[in-house]
Amino acid sequence: MNGLAHQVISGLASGSIYAAVALALVMIYQATHHVNFAQGEMATLSTYICLTLINAGVPYWGAFVITVIVSFVMGAVVERVLIRPVNNAPILTVVGVFIGLLLVINAMDGWIFDYIIKPFPSPFGGGQPMLDGFISSHELGETGVTLIVLLLVYLFFRHTTLGLAMRAAAFNPTSARLCGVRVNRMLALGWGLAAAIGAVAGMMVAPIVFLDPNMMFGILIYAFAGALLGGIDSPLGAVIGGFIVGVLENVFGAYIVGTELKLTVALIIIVAVLLIKPAGLLGRPVQSRV
Amino acid sequence: MPALLEARGLHAGYGQTKVLHGLDFAVEQGRTTTLLGANGAGKTTTLRAICGLIRPQGEVRLADKRIDREPAEEIVRRGVGHVPDGRGTLMELTVEENLRLGAYTRRDRNGVKADFERMFRYFPRLKERYRQQAGTLSGGEQQMLAIARALLVKPRLLLLDEPSFGLAPLIVADIFEILRRIRADEGVSILLVEQNSSVALDFADHAYLLETGRIVVSGPAADLRKDEAVRRAYLGY
Amino acid sequence: MRDANLAPIGADETQGRLETWRVVAVLVFLAIAIALTFLVSSYRLFQLSMTISYACAVLSLTVLTGINGQLSLGHGAFYAVGAYATAILMTNYGWPYWTTIPVAAIAAGIIGFLVGFPALRLAGLYLALVTLALAVAAPQILKVNALSDLTGGVQGLTTDKAEAPFGLPLNPDQWIYLFCLAIGCIVFLLGWNLTRGRIGRAMMAIRDQPLAAESMGINLAAVKTRTFAISAAFAGVAGALTTIVVQFVAPDSFNLFISIWFFVGLVVGGVASIPGALFGGAFIEFVPNIANDISKAAPGAIYGMILIAFMYVLPTGVAGGLHRLFRRLFARRHRTATAR
Repeated sequence: MNGLAHQVISGLASGSIYAAVALALVMIYQATHHVNFAQGEMATLSTYICLTLINAGVPYWGAFVITVIVSFVMGAVVERVLIRPVNNAPILTVVGVFIGLLLVINAMDGWIFDYIIKPFPSPFGGGQPMLDGFISSHELGETGVTLIVLLLVYLFFRHTTLGLAMRAAAFNPTSARLCGVRVNRMLALGWGLAAAIGAVAGMMVAPIVFLDPNMMFGILIYAFAGALLGGIDSPLGAVIGGFIVGVLENVFGAYIVGTELKLTVALIIIVAVLLIKPAGLLGRPVQSRV
Repeated sequence: MPALLEARGLHAGYGQTKVLHGLDFAVEQGRTTTLLGANGAGKTTTLRAICGLIRPQGEVRLADKRIDREPAEEIVRRGVGHVPDGRGTLMELTVEENLRLGAYTRRDRNGVKADFERMFRYFPRLKERYRQQAGTLSGGEQQMLAIARALLVKPRLLLLDEPSFGLAPLIVADIFEILRRIRADEGVSILLVEQNSSVALDFADHAYLLETGRIVVSGPAADLRKDEAVRRAYLGY
Repeated sequence: MRDANLAPIGADETQGRLETWRVVAVLVFLAIAIALTFLVSSYRLFQLSMTISYACAVLSLTVLTGINGQLSLGHGAFYAVGAYATAILMTNYGWPYWTTIPVAAIAAGIIGFLVGFPALRLAGLYLALVTLALAVAAPQILKVNALSDLTGGVQGLTTDKAEAPFGLPLNPDQWIYLFCLAIGCIVFLLGWNLTRGRIGRAMMAIRDQPLAAESMGINLAAVKTRTFAISAAFAGVAGALTTIVVQFVAPDSFNLFISIWFFVGLVVGGVASIPGALFGGAFIEFVPNIANDISKAAPGAIYGMILIAFMYVLPTGVAGGLHRLFRRLFARRHRTATAR
């Protein structure tokens, strides 16, 4: 039983990362009905930027904040320059642009920061066991940080006018425009916010999995699984889904399929959700008009 | 004194399909004008062209300033409130959030508060359902919500697109009664698009008749109501 | 009085001219290809063999995505199935290389058929997502300990190099190249044939207007799953050829990137163009070689930028652009001829 509890708690810790990335994915999906295949790469780039700042002598939390701000700006710029022109293009074109973006950022990371796997510092100590050894100090800290970020995002959307405007722009752009909401600006903001959240996820996970250009590939797939499981148009669902995927990944990995096949667990979750309940746990059923 | 809203040579369409073929009409300050016509005549397209959801050719002037090149979100800021066809309810948001959205462009906190109170006096049902999800409201309630949302913009010109659509006659009468009160209290100019011509002619000062994108009749609403030939030829009663 | 059955003047002749040019072009191309066997170095032959293999892989996407409209970012998985099928049969069971091709095709095709079923319920974006997950998970599955006796685990498998039969005066690289050329011709012929005729039209109808297609009596499920199976089979053959050319398989060569490369090849060559697949294959083989001289990151960056650029400027790829050009050239010439 101790083992199971350990797996579950550890799963919640990694689940918090998946929840954050899943939230970023769902935010963009809600506003544009596009899946940002390059979300992981953007987070990796942000993490590299943070490392560069730290190596240049900036204290950790300073580098953290600067990175979040820079990532926000990067996300907004990418939306404005690259994505907005193809907003209404056929699906193949959109997927092509996203995959192209994935490749370019991935290559940029490798070229500027090289392909050697790098350690990334954690502000929560060197991974000492806490809570009776169920969880490392870093896992505890990173879960806390991600939860705080998720809470802030929730408060922003629920209780601020700008958050309301962004939600309106995502749900019903025409009605939002008729209330004076500058929908295009909201799209850019949404992308910026998603990039910022992704940056936090990257900086929190890097101490565990180490930093290299391909760091976020697997995490992106888990985040997809979480977003689909929770409902690809439900931010709350995405967060819950992320946590569930984290736990399932760990538990299945430890007891059923072995750690080497954990990604297959994500694949199975994705396929199962799309076949059984495509709207996910909290999503609205998808209706297509003929 | 120039009219509050003036359209000259208005052409508009969707892609290759041209819907409006050179409209000329006006809405006088403080008056109500109605645009009548059958399905497909181009009434909704006209409103969309005015409020900036589609880009027209020709001229549209609000208080003598051209607005036909501006996008919808900017025209709103000039004091145009649009109650769209189908109500445009933001279903996933609550009634409260829908209303707050209406006041998005306003900076005067106290004014907004006062306006909220006034909306509740006009539409007490909205106060009852304040925290409910807007998608759960009935058709009539959603129409009231849409009107309140547009009024919170504090518009000089109110565009109403088929407010009677899909509503039972009793509810329609209720809503128009409230609209009369609002008109009397606020003095807002109104451009009403309606398929229900009898209700519209009762409510408006001036009327235009639209047929396949062209204005075929224009005159005071009272005259059109009395003109049997016009009524039978164009309005079906 | 005009006979309504007459086609617009000149259209038939333009079409006929294009067809003749096409056949001539293919024959000339084949002649050159065969001649190359004796004209270029072994290393170049190796590259050309890989080009043919990649071209078959890109063709698999042309059929699935370009003609039938199903988006896959995970065809590296079927490619891997074919590659491993060949390697396992050759190394563990001593099968001769040429017998493994049909097995690779069938194995990949069966798995493609199985994937095609759940894919029926998934439209565009979601299918892309699922196949992406498949691509990311594939190396893990290949490395599984339980199967490592068969697959060679992390280290993979090596195979013997094929030799020219009947004592023909060809060195192995030359023979392998001709073998790939022959298989490639068969694959392309099959693909080309598939997209003509009723089946091809059904596939395209499903791509463009699925509801209309269904209401006209086309069995969406049957066509889509079969297309998936055939596409997977093509990818499997490509994988088999790769194993024969490289004589080595390992799990990490079949990661997310190979699936993305196929996608890039598809876009660059021309999404719905059969000859475009050949150009796409050449693109995937030669660009990284050149780019790698610049830096390790260059291939990815070039692919990414070209992908984005093509999406903006040339969505029908090189083949689409050329096709438009040829059409314009021929049509214009004819118009001036008849304008008397």
